[in-house]
Amino acid sequence: MADLAPGARVRVNDDWPETRGPVHVRTPHYLRGQPGTVVRRFGEFPNPEDLAFGRPAARRVLYHVAFDQPSVWQEGSAGDQLLVEIYEHWLEPA
Amino acid sequence: MDKDVPRATHDLGGAAKFMCEAVDVEPHALTDFDKEVDALRAILGQKRVMTVDELRRGIEAIPEADYHRLSYYRRWIRSITDNLLAKGVVTEAELRATLERV
Repeated sequence: MADLAPGARVRVNDDWPETRGPVHVRTPHYLRGQPGTVVRRFGEFPNPEDLAFGRPAARRVLYHVAFDQPSVWQEGSAGDQLLVEIYEHWLEPA
Repeated sequence: MDKDVPRATHDLGGAAKFMCEAVDVEPHALTDFDKEVDALRAILGQKRVMTVDELRRGIEAIPEADYHRLSYYRRWIRSITDNLLAKGVVTEAELRATLERV
């Protein structure tokens, strides 16, 4: 996937690898399928989903992504945001 | 958030059963046990025996009832033990023999 620029609208994959066997996933369950906005690109890091099993780990781009908190958690005030680090392979342009 | 989703045990953010409890923000003193486990993890990392990602994966694999019963560093030693057994660094027989001596 081409790099996402700050401000890009994205959606987190509605994927549940937990149901398919042992995994190490750093994308919180409450964000699966949620729309968000890219805030910044942190850089490329070895994929922790592979590191966790001692496998060779390709470098993946990590982003800071902002989400509308009230619509995700059904609590908080208008304008409240969740800011979460998410790897590129969990994001698709929205 | 009350969606009935197949979240993993450790993935607690927004889970309804934890939203009703006050968060304990008091500082906790580390015990000698805590410090020893932390040191062991650091040595295993420096010697490239296991990574912090493997530590986390092992913690996340702890069955739910045990996960909530164990303290922070007891989860660590559980994961370290499981990792070292899986890698063959220690055997179950060695572990059992050592535990009988202490």
